[in-house]
Amino acid sequence: MDFYQKKTVHYEYLVLEEYDVREKLDMSIFPVENIRNFSIIAHVDHGKSTLADRLLEITGTIAKTDQNKQVLDKLQVERERGITVKAQTASLFYSYEGMNYLLNLIDTPGHVDFSYEVSRSLSACQGVILVVDANEGIQAQTMANFYLAFEAQLAIIPVINKIDLKNADPERVEKQIEKLFDISKDECIRISAKLGTNVEKVLQEVIEKVPPPSVNIRDPLKALVFDSTFDHYRGVIANIALFGGEVQKGHKIVSAHTRKTYEVNEVGILTPNEQPTHTLYAGQVGYLIAGMKEVTEAQIGDTLYLHKQPVEPLPGFKSAKPMVFAGMYPVDQAEYNNLKNAIEKLTLNDSSVTIHRDSSLALGAGWRLGFLGLLHLEVFNQRLEQEYNASVILTAPTVPYKAVLSSTKLIKEHGKEEITVINPAEFPDKSSVSEYLEPTVLGTIITPDEHIGKILTLCQTRRAVQKDMMYIDEHRVMLKYIFPLNEIVVDFYDALKSLSSGYASFDYEDAEYQAADLVKMDILLNGNSVEELGTVVHKDKAYAVGKAMCERLKDAIPRQLFEIAIQAALGSEVIARETVKAYRKNVLAKCYGGDITRKMKLLKRQAEGKKKMRKIGNVEVPKDAFISVLKRQSEK
Amino acid sequence: MAAPGWRRPRARLAAALRCARAARNWKHRAQQPPRAEPVQAALYVHWPYCQKRCSYCNFNKYIPRGLDEESMRSCLTREAQTLIHLSQVQRISSVFFGGGTPSLASPLTIAAVLETVSRRAHLAADAEVTLEANPTSAGASRLAGFRASGVNRLSIGIQSLDNAELRLLGRNHTADEALGTLEEAKKLFPGRTSVDLIFGLPGQSISSWAGGLEELLQLCDDHVSLYQLTLERGTSLFKQVQQGSLPVPKQEVVAEMYESAREMLRDVGFRQYEVSNFARNGALSTHNLSYWQGSQYIGIGPGAHGRFVPRAHGESLREARIQTLEPDSWMKEVLAFGHGTRKRTVLSQLEVLEEVLVLGLRTDIGITHQHWQQFAASLSLWDMFGSSEEVKELEDQGLLLLDNRGLRCSWKGLAVLDSLLLTLLNQLQQSWADRTAHRT
Repeated sequence: MDFYQKKTVHYEYLVLEEYDVREKLDMSIFPVENIRNFSIIAHVDHGKSTLADRLLEITGTIAKTDQNKQVLDKLQVERERGITVKAQTASLFYSYEGMNYLLNLIDTPGHVDFSYEVSRSLSACQGVILVVDANEGIQAQTMANFYLAFEAQLAIIPVINKIDLKNADPERVEKQIEKLFDISKDECIRISAKLGTNVEKVLQEVIEKVPPPSVNIRDPLKALVFDSTFDHYRGVIANIALFGGEVQKGHKIVSAHTRKTYEVNEVGILTPNEQPTHTLYAGQVGYLIAGMKEVTEAQIGDTLYLHKQPVEPLPGFKSAKPMVFAGMYPVDQAEYNNLKNAIEKLTLNDSSVTIHRDSSLALGAGWRLGFLGLLHLEVFNQRLEQEYNASVILTAPTVPYKAVLSSTKLIKEHGKEEITVINPAEFPDKSSVSEYLEPTVLGTIITPDEHIGKILTLCQTRRAVQKDMMYIDEHRVMLKYIFPLNEIVVDFYDALKSLSSGYASFDYEDAEYQAADLVKMDILLNGNSVEELGTVVHKDKAYAVGKAMCERLKDAIPRQLFEIAIQAALGSEVIARETVKAYRKNVLAKCYGGDITRKMKLLKRQAEGKKKMRKIGNVEVPKDAFISVLKRQSEK
Repeated sequence: MAAPGWRRPRARLAAALRCARAARNWKHRAQQPPRAEPVQAALYVHWPYCQKRCSYCNFNKYIPRGLDEESMRSCLTREAQTLIHLSQVQRISSVFFGGGTPSLASPLTIAAVLETVSRRAHLAADAEVTLEANPTSAGASRLAGFRASGVNRLSIGIQSLDNAELRLLGRNHTADEALGTLEEAKKLFPGRTSVDLIFGLPGQSISSWAGGLEELLQLCDDHVSLYQLTLERGTSLFKQVQQGSLPVPKQEVVAEMYESAREMLRDVGFRQYEVSNFARNGALSTHNLSYWQGSQYIGIGPGAHGRFVPRAHGESLREARIQTLEPDSWMKEVLAFGHGTRKRTVLSQLEVLEEVLVLGLRTDIGITHQHWQQFAASLSLWDMFGSSEEVKELEDQGLLLLDNRGLRCSWKGLAVLDSLLLTLLNQLQQSWADRTAHRT
């Protein structure tokens, strides 16, 4: 999943002298009991990548040079939001107490938008290194990561990093870990990944505490795909972990998900570059190339097995399930094809983005894209802008609602009772619905206690229901809330950050769909409904949302020769209204010799603009007006 | 007073006949080239200097340090000669000295320009010759001097009768001084004195505006121009409003000011013959009217604009011309080449029609069928606009009229002309393209 990898790490690769690289490595020298598979998990900026660099250096996987510093995160959104920090998947060779060990460090994306990917990566591990910053302490993402590891019943090695910092307070962090994770403070390792302090100890703990994978080489092949990337020359490169058997070039393998058969061209380990091997054996981690053309053929969580030797697929496979949708349109329709190419390129490495062509009378041809979460959407958008120089209009994100139908006619039409509604235009009327459902998430907020009052108010305005509140030390509080997803997709994170001066952290995981009092709100201009502005809202929020939309439209629709009523309506009930007054005077005062040229230019430009306006009834609406209402509001 | 020699009447008939002949020929010819322009033009003379910068003005003007008026004078006359020759016009229909503050020029300069004009073309004895005057620079004796040089119409920049407003505008005169100048001007140019007023100033109320106008209407002559203040980028007033130290005039309030002024003037017998211009007793400005009727005009002086066919070069299409802005550079060019034309843009037939439309509709008469036919013989106003749904809508809203007289704004429509023009310009383009497509 190159897509989420933001840290470009420059390694100098060593030639491993014991294993002649010109000949393929023989991996059979590592019996299962000498293998440890583990991940590093951490909140953003707690030092995951630096620790990974040190581990690679100590094991001689990369040369120890000054250059092994993670290059600063490329994407602003990643820095700010903490998607991240993805260490390279790497096989480390380490000798300890006379034994040669194969330590596989398996990467995980660092954000719960990608919790599914994280869970698949973790399912290839038997242990994790949980890194916590000695100054910042436990953060929301630390919690989320801990629970994922805990639920997967992995060995957890708590590591307190950055003890070299002036404000480091490892005792406080140890207390937090004891209180929240029920892990004795004696088990915590205090390190400075930056200076290398105690890092060797971490490696030894991995060997001591993480159990070897419990697999059998004599079982038929069973390999988990936990990541995949796309290479223009070689096709899909799948990262795999072997839960049984072995695989080598020439084997015929089958995807349990697609049932397609492939012939293996190449297998190998990652050190962290691809290093071909003869064979990969049960318990080992590496890559496989088998003529797959698209990343969708190597979906994360899929199981590969040998042709004619089917196995029970590994549990937990899910197809990507987008939870946040947004329309994407080129600012200029002439850029449509360029944008299309850019989106295609980006999705080559990210099968979790769903794409549907869409077109809007106001914004032209575009797409409705589905993302795993809000962050996923932001990263995608920023990459489009930064890497492909594409300028796009991104509409405010929406979430998939559900409706339980009561009308037998509709049930017959849809072939089912419960339907998912993404497009507001398809929102079924209340009369044919027994209830509407909206997606919710379980959100975790960790904050210094002085901000609690404001945060409780914020959560309340977002229709959130408190589930838990506890002090994790003398000053920090952890709050848990069930949020309707649509209440956090727009600007919740920024509101939280701004009212806590940046100190509160937030993370969430999917929860259930819940019954909700949803309504479809129409926007009317002089009584005519504007289709592209129709929206589904919670009834309690309809007035506020409707009023805000009307106000934005009022500012964006130019005066015309008649009065324009801008209304938000639920069915026939108008809940908000703004008025654009008619022009009473619109004529240039002076128009003599020198003014004429200027005046003509101005008028012709305006006349040209008038042609491009969209007519709703007799009201002319400039594209900018739609953009200002539909676009995600700038959150900064 | 002896009439200066250039005030020789000439046979108008000949010119009229020439025009009619040209028009007839045009009808018989194919579409290209356009109808021959009448062999006359209005002349605009730009005097680029002011004593002081007004806070709202973004015109091409300079505060001179040492002004060599003699050079300026000879350059103006030289450029007038060159461009009149270039245009091959035989008659100058009117002359307008604008600025800047042309009342700062000496009457000698005015006389020199007029003399040159009358030597190079026919300038009728009763041809309108207007001078813009500022109250301070136009004492009684100076005004008499201008009249003696051939000026027969005065346009006084009074702007306001409120001293606080005058200070805000950065004017260097008081209301009393302005009224004094008006008094003198009326004596010297009876029936031919115009006054300018500005409305929509930051902080101005509807009642204070109406009060000032009321006062002026007691004292003014037969012509009034009312200009809504436009905040122009680069002026100090713009900056002050932008920075928030002055309030932005509200659209509704300004519209109300305009409306009440139109009514007040109508009630005392003024005809609103153009968006900003009002006259009674037939005292219309023929010079300005010729702009709005799409006639040819020659512009001389720094930054002056012109619209004429350079016939001496054998051209047949009208050009939009701009003279070099900065006075010293302009003078150098005039000395070197006889003129300081900086930019020439050939106007297509469609562009000329666009200007005719935009300018013509500013007048109360609008565009008559006859008037339109002079510019578009083959495509009548009916052809252009008669079948457009959108034009019909504007008519239904009572903003626009298309009838046997021609195309014009209603009273209500004139105030929102710029909105109407967008529809009309698009329709004009459409009809023109359809016609061209049809022909080929």
